[in-house]
Amino acid sequence: MSAETAVAESRTAGLTARLANWNVAIIAVTVVVLIIAAATVDNFGTSQNFGFLVLDLLPIALVALPMTLVIVTGEIDLSVASTLGLSSAVMGSLWNSNQPIETIIPLCLLLGAVLGAVNGFFVTVLGLPSLAVTIGTLALYRGLAFVVLGDGAVADFPAVYTDWVTGNIAGTSIPNVLLIIAILAVVFGVVLHATPVGRAVFAVGASEQAARFAGVRPGRLKFWLYVVSGLVAGLAGVLWTLRYSSARADNGAGLELAVVAAVLLGGVSIFGGKGALPGVIAGVLLLASLQNALRLSDVSNEALNVVTGVLLIVSVLAPNLANAVRGSVQRRRHRTTKPL
Amino acid sequence: MTAAPARADSAVELPTAVTRRSSLDLVLRARELGIVLALAALVAVTAISNPRFLSGQSIRDILLGTAILAVLAVGQAVVVITRNIDLSVGSVLGLSAFTVGTLLRDNPGLPVVVALLIGAAVGGACGAVNGVLVRYGNVPALVVTLGTLYVVRGITYFWAGGQQINADELPAGFLDFGNATFLGIPYLVLIALLVLVITGVVLRNYRLGRELYAMGSSPQAARLAGISVGRRTIGAFGVSGALAGLAGVLFAARFGTIDAAAGTGYELNVVAAVVVGGVAVFGGSGSVWGAALGALLLTTIGSSLAVLEINQFWQQAIVGGLILLAIGADRLVAARVAASLKKRGSHVS
Repeated sequence: MSAETAVAESRTAGLTARLANWNVAIIAVTVVVLIIAAATVDNFGTSQNFGFLVLDLLPIALVALPMTLVIVTGEIDLSVASTLGLSSAVMGSLWNSNQPIETIIPLCLLLGAVLGAVNGFFVTVLGLPSLAVTIGTLALYRGLAFVVLGDGAVADFPAVYTDWVTGNIAGTSIPNVLLIIAILAVVFGVVLHATPVGRAVFAVGASEQAARFAGVRPGRLKFWLYVVSGLVAGLAGVLWTLRYSSARADNGAGLELAVVAAVLLGGVSIFGGKGALPGVIAGVLLLASLQNALRLSDVSNEALNVVTGVLLIVSVLAPNLANAVRGSVQRRRHRTTKPL
Repeated sequence: MTAAPARADSAVELPTAVTRRSSLDLVLRARELGIVLALAALVAVTAISNPRFLSGQSIRDILLGTAILAVLAVGQAVVVITRNIDLSVGSVLGLSAFTVGTLLRDNPGLPVVVALLIGAAVGGACGAVNGVLVRYGNVPALVVTLGTLYVVRGITYFWAGGQQINADELPAGFLDFGNATFLGIPYLVLIALLVLVITGVVLRNYRLGRELYAMGSSPQAARLAGISVGRRTIGAFGVSGALAGLAGVLFAARFGTIDAAAGTGYELNVVAAVVVGGVAVFGGSGSVWGAALGALLLTTIGSSLAVLEINQFWQQAIVGGLILLAIGADRLVAARVAASLKKRGSHVS
């Protein structure tokens, strides 16, 4: 064949090779988006906006960490946003009944863990599909949040706590909550990539049966992953409430979309078994900075959801399309060499 | 073979298949009977505590609400039977309602039938996009339709830009259609019944319908049996989208006031109606009759909460609880049926 097709072929082959390393690609895209946004959007690069950006991505980043592990095992947890909302509602209700905040916060974390355990029970003990279970608990937990708090709001949480969440580390422009994100990201990264638990997570996602033969107990592993997912969602609910100093039953509604989008954007396979935490962090950052830049450009929140939705679809579509392109290139090569 | 309608192949079934069919039938009938009993108990309790629950107006409200939810549930059942899911129906309903509302506001002379067709066409286009993404992108339906849920809703918000279509802007003929009755039955209910019967008969008695069940039972086996799984998948999503679009027109006719948020969160009620109605989330079983009964049960629960003066906020929690209860019950029944089939099989061999 002509030189042209050979060039095109090597170009597509190179493209697929690079797409195969999705982690590098997503980090590069994130950097490019950050540079473009800083150059073209007014106020994007300011330290004040950096603080807002971190606060905006806080709940997505926190919930995305356990979600990564859950999706790598081949399951999903759609109830996280409702767990966040119920945690926030309970926090408001307890604060209304004059409980000290020092007992409220641990109770909300415990509540999150219990809600996660309910998911885990249905998925691992009863063996029900996690998609259906967590759609059910998505409705159930959000409904309970409204039962607990109605459609009102509880405000005036102690300033010490709300100021800490919205404040910066003394003498710097680094937000305090970045510490929480960093610590949890390191913990989850180490667990996933450098411990037997992490290897078991990948093994279960790749083949549950093979993992069982290798001595992993998939049910127990998944159960605890759901507990952790609920616990972190409960924590996100507490931080959300303190950030806005407002406990509402509809806090975080729809957040599951952003979380799942960020995780899949970060290169985690929806079919399980594949993924890495650095990519997920980049996915969260990419999503949050895109939303932040668009919001600064006066795009409405509802229109932002279009961007998130499209990103979600593209991030699952792209690897499959890359595979399809690679497959058709190989077939064409096969066809052209055969007659010779 | 001639082009006679391909009926369910009851004549060529082996005896074992007949016993399996009958035990499965029994399970399904038990499910539908269970819903009817639950419904009767609910109505009885509510009516005893407040007789106004059985007034004509109250029953009419329940039927109208059921009509919209049932049309959505029938479409969802078709998709779930093929082992997929369509979470975008609430958003599609909103887009269709707003499209039709805008058209009717600007062209008051538009016949109702045309409005219904336009709504279905808008929805069908959205559904086809879902289907194409699922089929050619090789992506789980859950992810695709979670994405399009927000994309379609965002498009509606973008287009509406905060404006709202009020009842007094809509032509009187269209609003009459939402309230008028034929032989005492509201038009909306008649349309829902028509959709239900046509879909039910096609799914039960025609080759096309049986192919959808086959795909849901085992996509691989269906492909090996020569069913064009891809085209049927796109078709199923197209049907679900078109029915969601149709439901959007019914929504507009019933409520008259339409903004960009119309139908937000409906997908949870629709999924609940379908799984409560006995359509298994694993695909391959269930019927649209069950889904419609599920829709009736959910709508009745909503009204009786209001009549019993229970906090309306319980509605959503009950929806969630019912989903969990239904899939849990399905699992137990499936396990029992499998065990009894195994026992029977061991007797034979």
